[in-house]
Amino acid sequence: MYDRRYRGYEGRITPLSTRWRVLPRFAWASVFRSRLFAGFFTMCFVWPVAATVWIYLHHNMAALANVGLDAVKLAPVDATFFAAFMGVQCFLLGGLLTLLVGPGLVSPDLANGALPLYLSRPITRSGYAIGKMATLVILISSITWVPGLFLFLLQSWLEGWTWFASHLRIAFAIVLGAGIWIVTISLLALATSAIARRKVIAQTFLLGVIVFGTVAGQAINQMFDTSYGFVFNLPELMHSVWEGLYAVPLEARLSAPLAWSALLAICGLSIAILARKLRAFEVVK
Amino acid sequence: MTENGSIELQGLGVRFGGRPILHQLTATLSGRSIGLLGPNGAGKTTLLHTLLGFHPPSEGSARMHGEKVVGGVSRLSGMIGYMPENDAFIAGITAVRFVRMMGELSGLPPEAALERAHETLQYVGLGEARYRTLEGFSLGMKQMAKLAQAIVHAPKILFLDEPTNGLDPPARARMLRLVKEIRDSGQAQIVLSSHLLRDVEECCDEVLVLKAGRIAFHGNLEEERRANRKFLHVETRGDERAFAAAAEAIGCTCALLGPGRLKMILPEAIQVRDLYTIAAAQQLQIRKLDYKRDSLQDIFLKAMEEPRGRV
Repeated sequence: MYDRRYRGYEGRITPLSTRWRVLPRFAWASVFRSRLFAGFFTMCFVWPVAATVWIYLHHNMAALANVGLDAVKLAPVDATFFAAFMGVQCFLLGGLLTLLVGPGLVSPDLANGALPLYLSRPITRSGYAIGKMATLVILISSITWVPGLFLFLLQSWLEGWTWFASHLRIAFAIVLGAGIWIVTISLLALATSAIARRKVIAQTFLLGVIVFGTVAGQAINQMFDTSYGFVFNLPELMHSVWEGLYAVPLEARLSAPLAWSALLAICGLSIAILARKLRAFEVVK
Repeated sequence: MTENGSIELQGLGVRFGGRPILHQLTATLSGRSIGLLGPNGAGKTTLLHTLLGFHPPSEGSARMHGEKVVGGVSRLSGMIGYMPENDAFIAGITAVRFVRMMGELSGLPPEAALERAHETLQYVGLGEARYRTLEGFSLGMKQMAKLAQAIVHAPKILFLDEPTNGLDPPARARMLRLVKEIRDSGQAQIVLSSHLLRDVEECCDEVLVLKAGRIAFHGNLEEERRANRKFLHVETRGDERAFAAAAEAIGCTCALLGPGRLKMILPEAIQVRDLYTIAAAQQLQIRKLDYKRDSLQDIFLKAMEEPRGRV
């Protein structure tokens, strides 16, 4: 039985610095209500489980013999292995996850005029953007660098800590390489979501930015007989950055400084779009 | 010095793209419920947005409950509840999750936010619909959900921007009853922006009328109603022109509204029986005599008529 009178609140207040966490918590609750998404998210762990088994078999001759395999025939667990693992998790699964979740983060709030509701509360525009971005960053992290780091530690444990010390660069590459991808794709997703204002349009737009960038880059390369067109190709940019991080040949066709500059430009442009679009009100000129 | 519990504007000005929207607003609003009136484009919503910290003032300053209003998050943000004019909701979630989320963003711990979300939705009359998604709500229900999210954290200052917009008469009456209840609870100071004079008249004890970004009138409604002007509507049979002339001779102000109909303003010293004395002398029948208090409509129209308003 509820008291139907208006009454004040004198209880505890949460710290201001933790308010942004409310946004990802509610966003996750919404996305995981979809069985399709929950199924997809579970599928994202198939490859990490397979990689775990792979590493385990590498260090268990008896198990290898049981499945009729020879340790020599298995690909070695080295920087290339981790780069390939992270490639699938980041570009394919992380990309799909971004496409499913990202466009629905900001566009419904803009379409339904919800921003004044958020921004009239103790949360800033940047707090709102960080909260929304955290939804994606934490989700993608959980299927990329977190399992990647787990595999690295598993390999270190099974191989010995000498291997850990001599391959520490891989751990660094896993976290930093995935981090760069996650930040870039999350910012791009939020920016397209802020522009499009409808989830389906934002999804198409985000896909279009990635696909169109790749196609336009190829066209520029062919027309002008150059490789600068790859600056519009997001996976290619990441390959160039990752090649330096993992110190393995990934057939990158752009110089690392140029790739870094292009990624910074994409992030900067996305932040500028968000700064312009995420306002409590619009001034009509 | 700002009084605690008041909203003080000191030469507040706001410009958008170099164009002045609010000019030099100076007033101290200390009523329990303050009505913000003005025609479309007068700057009501801009003033609300400025007080909400959506954009910093271009000139002057504003203080609420002793705290300076600045753009962005401040100590004030947690004390404010805001019900926007336009459709504003979060898609795909139930009313109770919506209100709970807004409560948590305002600083309520999750358990308290959930409890208060249920309570608040019951309070605004959406108890039965609280597990439905907001997209399926009617306009009136959405307005109530907006009110619920504005009061879930028990704000000290409640900004209501056109709360009765689009409501049918029963829903409007319910909304106004809730606003009055919140006002009378003494838990929150209400700033109600509306272009509907009756809403403001019903709920507010203080009124600020804006015209072209300036204060056209600011005053206490009750005091204004009790002001020394006594309005009368008089219906007569006989020579109303001679009656009016005689009444003006003793200090009344008269306006002929039509055959046998007059509007009169009595000075403090003149009583109604003096009019009957004049009427008897003029051999005129007073067939109807109504007191007409200075309504908010009169105040508003006067403020609108005068070029720089009537402060």
